[in-house]
Amino acid sequence: MKNEKIFASAKQLGLVSCHDCHLLSRWPKPAHRQIALCPRCGGPLHQRKVHSIARTWALLLAAIILYIPANVLPMTVTTTLGSAQADTIMSGVSYFIHSGSWEIALVIFTASIFVPLMKFIILIYLLLSVQFKSVKRPKDRTVLYRITEAVGRWSMVDVYVVTILVALVKLGVLANIEAGPAAIYFASVVVITMIAAESFDPRLIWDVMEVDA
Amino acid sequence: MQQIACHECDLVHTVPKMAVGTSARCVRCGSVLFSIKAQSIDRTLAWTIAGLVLYGVAVSFPFLTMKSGAIMQQTALLSGMQQLFLQGEIVLATLVLLTCVLIPLLQMLILLYVFLPLKLNIRAIYAIPTFRLFQHFRPWSMIEIYMLGILVAIVKLAKIATIVPGLAVGAFGLLVIVLTCAISSIDTHLIWQRLGSD
Repeated sequence: MKNEKIFASAKQLGLVSCHDCHLLSRWPKPAHRQIALCPRCGGPLHQRKVHSIARTWALLLAAIILYIPANVLPMTVTTTLGSAQADTIMSGVSYFIHSGSWEIALVIFTASIFVPLMKFIILIYLLLSVQFKSVKRPKDRTVLYRITEAVGRWSMVDVYVVTILVALVKLGVLANIEAGPAAIYFASVVVITMIAAESFDPRLIWDVMEVDA
Repeated sequence: MQQIACHECDLVHTVPKMAVGTSARCVRCGSVLFSIKAQSIDRTLAWTIAGLVLYGVAVSFPFLTMKSGAIMQQTALLSGMQQLFLQGEIVLATLVLLTCVLIPLLQMLILLYVFLPLKLNIRAIYAIPTFRLFQHFRPWSMIEIYMLGILVAIVKLAKIATIVPGLAVGAFGLLVIVLTCAISSIDTHLIWQRLGSD
């Protein structure tokens, strides 16, 4: 670790690390319209994820737009003896608070509202910090990225709750639950933010440090 | 001298000699470079086979049953997806089917296909692209989240009806644990070395 040479990135050394099998190999500098393949696993090699920033922005903005109908439209439509009731994500949360199951309210609020919003904010922050070549707290930003990547999938829980309710409450005219139009928007938000987080390359955070050093 | 680059900050490290059960972390950003796991292949295979048995129980036995007065509504694991499909939510039904039913099954089948030949020291065809596919599937297998969804749904309906969890719910809950164990027993570093050395 005292060796100076150890603080060099693969890119600086003219090497490339495979995304799939992590084999470190010499970067063959493919010509235009050519791609390099990993000599071990055959996966496509890139020193940095391709168009990482543009892709992440595009997906992130798409997710933010879809997040609006996901919250405004109803997730479920419950019909009880002819009268219909539409529930949004937020009205689901307040139902649980009022019915005394605050733990469940907390789960739904965290997974469906807090996590997606935090993901939007963190990804915007990471993208801007990379674009403005910030050198501040790279390690903390890497940790933020790691958390964002790991936690995003849990937002799917509301979609699964709808799936289960729809199967269980199917009693004809007595009571019936149908998936509302928000369900597909919300599922899209989760899927698209997962792909957005995956498109972001955390190594971009560190590239600035090496240019300065 | 074998080298490895951190996949989060791209810093190049020399692979140290490591004891079983330890992990190497990046000196700069702190992310795990790789871990050396004990009897990785045997343990992964054992968990995978257990998982496949539980999977069979989870899809075929009664899942949740709602009882309210004289009315009883019994469901299976796939009922919800089928119902979404009937309501015209085809994309949503497909998404749930993929993330909670098909991808977990594929994960286990791939593990069996890749690890069993490694155990027997034979070469499975297309083992390398298959294992790459497995790694891409990882974030999309969401049975642990579905399990949380079951708990939320039970609490939500508790006020209006009695929900009886069937045998399949128990199997599904165990599957969540077993699949997590299977995946965490995989020594990715070792597997790629074995697959690459053939």
